[in-house]
Amino acid sequence: MQRIGVFVCHCGSNIAATVDVEKVVQAARGVPGVVCAQDYRYMCSQAGQDLIRCAIREEKLTGVVVCSCSPRMHEATFRRAAEQEGLNPYLVEIANIREQCSWIHKDRDQATAKAIVLMRAAVEKVRRDQPLTAGKSGVVKRALVIGGGIAGLSTALDVAGAGFEVDIVEKEPSIGGKMAQLDKTFPTLDCSACILTPKMVEASQNENIHLYTYSEVEEVSGFVGNFTVTIRKKARFVDETRCTGCGVCMEKCPSKKAKNEFNCGLNTRSAIYIPFAQAIPNVPVIDTENCIKMKTGKCGICQKNCAAGAIDYTQKDERITREYGAIVAATGFQPIGLQAFGEYGYDRYPDVITSLELERLMNAAGPTGGELRCPSDGRKPKEIVFVQCVGSRGQSCRDKSYCSKICCMYTAKHAMLIRDHWPEMNVHVMYIDVRTPGKNFDEFYRRAAEEYGVDYIKGQVGKVYEQDGRLKVQASDLLDDRQLLLNADLVVLAAAIEPSPTARKLATMLTASMDTNDFFTEAHPKLRPVESPTAGIFLSGVCQGPKDIPETVAQAGAAAAKVIGLLSKKELTANACTAQPDEGRCNGCGECEKVCPYGAISYEEKEMRVPGKTEKRRVARINTALCQGCGACTVACPSGVMDLLGFSNRQILSEVDAICR
Amino acid sequence: MPVTEEFSPKIVAFCCNWCSYAGADLAGSSRLSYPAEVKIIRVPCSCRVNPMFLLRAFQKGADGVILCGCHPGDCHYSTGNYYARRRMTLLFSMLSYLGIEKERTRVEWVSAAEGARFAGVMNDFVKTVRALGPCRRLEDVRCRE
Repeated sequence: MQRIGVFVCHCGSNIAATVDVEKVVQAARGVPGVVCAQDYRYMCSQAGQDLIRCAIREEKLTGVVVCSCSPRMHEATFRRAAEQEGLNPYLVEIANIREQCSWIHKDRDQATAKAIVLMRAAVEKVRRDQPLTAGKSGVVKRALVIGGGIAGLSTALDVAGAGFEVDIVEKEPSIGGKMAQLDKTFPTLDCSACILTPKMVEASQNENIHLYTYSEVEEVSGFVGNFTVTIRKKARFVDETRCTGCGVCMEKCPSKKAKNEFNCGLNTRSAIYIPFAQAIPNVPVIDTENCIKMKTGKCGICQKNCAAGAIDYTQKDERITREYGAIVAATGFQPIGLQAFGEYGYDRYPDVITSLELERLMNAAGPTGGELRCPSDGRKPKEIVFVQCVGSRGQSCRDKSYCSKICCMYTAKHAMLIRDHWPEMNVHVMYIDVRTPGKNFDEFYRRAAEEYGVDYIKGQVGKVYEQDGRLKVQASDLLDDRQLLLNADLVVLAAAIEPSPTARKLATMLTASMDTNDFFTEAHPKLRPVESPTAGIFLSGVCQGPKDIPETVAQAGAAAAKVIGLLSKKELTANACTAQPDEGRCNGCGECEKVCPYGAISYEEKEMRVPGKTEKRRVARINTALCQGCGACTVACPSGVMDLLGFSNRQILSEVDAICR
Repeated sequence: MPVTEEFSPKIVAFCCNWCSYAGADLAGSSRLSYPAEVKIIRVPCSCRVNPMFLLRAFQKGADGVILCGCHPGDCHYSTGNYYARRRMTLLFSMLSYLGIEKERTRVEWVSAAEGARFAGVMNDFVKTVRALGPCRRLEDVRCRE
């Protein structure tokens, strides 16, 4: 005989304001099998949980329904409470009467009626629940970090520091990411390379960290604690074990017209190259598109000049397969392309540049040796106009709807640095809003505007055009309500940032979800910000949303803590809701195996007793350590003998019945 | 209660746990309303939904059934939504053969980040079903209470 308890939460006024909780309780009391029904202001509180535990004990409950918020929120809480009282946790079901009822309906009667239906469906489900025991699975004590920028490096160093092995996969020839391209960092103005390169060196020398540079993740399978990942190490055409990093090959290379990506295309590099002087590993890579030997077969100068004999034109991509317990996505960002923003003339005028290009122009290791020059003719600019929010915070299809977060601060930094080094230059900043939340950020911006005399103008730019050989910026000053026409030698666009284009493909491989802007979604926006909803996948840095360096490092540390927590576990609780065949009726046809994405189904010969005799028959067998409980096999089974524990056919049908009543 | 006696359809929505159910939760926490007629059943994946579940719903008097899953390529279990899509395509053509208007069934992809899309899809679906009126074609009168 079933003894079911129904507990209805008010959630303060979140539920009680729209749903007549008392009526739900009354209705529950009328449902056959329900022996107790109670309501409480906050069921998730200690007192609320005690109330449930007390009822389980005193009423000898065999099933519990909690009508409250989403099961994604507190299912685990209530299951734990039941378990502490000796009731199998899988005998607890949640009726979601907050997110899917009280919060979206206004009419009290309608919401109450719906809450009663949801409660009834949950009671019918729990009536058919059976106690489940989750299996255990091991944890591979090794983590994979995808992305070798400051986010990935910080996570890897923290995880390695706790004694676990970490592999970093970086698609570029060197680790370092976008931070390596920056000149100074706000709000302290310390040199970016000076704080990043020691981290790079530390990562390369840490015995727990292994770097796969110029490599990409190609395939991911498995589940939390037991991922199998295939990494493709792209051919560098330079043997890493032999190369001494002397640089002679780059000097001698006759093909020097390749676009230098590290300097945003502001100058050129040789076809065999290292991206920047402090690159790690300090091993060049041959760019096949520009290498004369690769294109024509004639040249080979680098090979002739390499004393170490490291150049190997026949090198092939290499595939490495490894097992990992946890995976961290740290794929970072890129500035958006500006082809759709014709009014700024970025494609037409060389003196209209992006902020990242300005970073390179102001960097002592950049194409101008740190002297700020106009890219068109190398003259010193006198009037510089910064344009904020290019592609950020817009509504049209070319824009990003979000704030890129870092632009206000880096523009203040650029403006301040320019005025500091070259006081004769005039700097104007066209902004929509200046957003400076963060430690010492507003003080920094005010210094730029007040002490350094940067001319901040609230307004939008309509057009940048050339007249008499000079750039003109047509804009409106919104505070003075007048039109402006500014002369400019250099126009700097704060292009919005977007997730790395590789992130989408990676998310599919990791089965990690993304939002509409292709940023990775976190498991809970407030309470689980560095975990993906997919167990064992963690998020570090801008791949989750725009953020500056301090925030990235903080988040990277948080992700590392979560990884360490996972890798420190002796074993993991596997999914308890696994598929289960009714062996007596299974004929081993093989349909279920075909649809299983985890290879969890195999077949075995089993002696089955049929009336009058014993016969050997092939039946499906589930490896419960591998089964993730998707249920694909349950529908594929032509005999209908495959069922899913916790979401059984009878349970779902009874929910349908309850809803359609 | 609304003053007008409008037809109130019974709508069953199967939502996968990872994307669409989370999308429904987001619609809730963003306070985006959709009609109370929609009742959600949580399933681990859209591929858990047996065509029989939809038939049962129509038998029990449902006026519309919608299945929501992750966007193609985004399935938490890699391939589940592809199976769901194929199975439902077959089922829907059979249902239409049986005289169930094809507007009464729908497969929609809603991600965990698309609360607004979830509410929009549900508003639209309920409006469509409401316009079609009650569905008694497959109803088993013996199930009526």
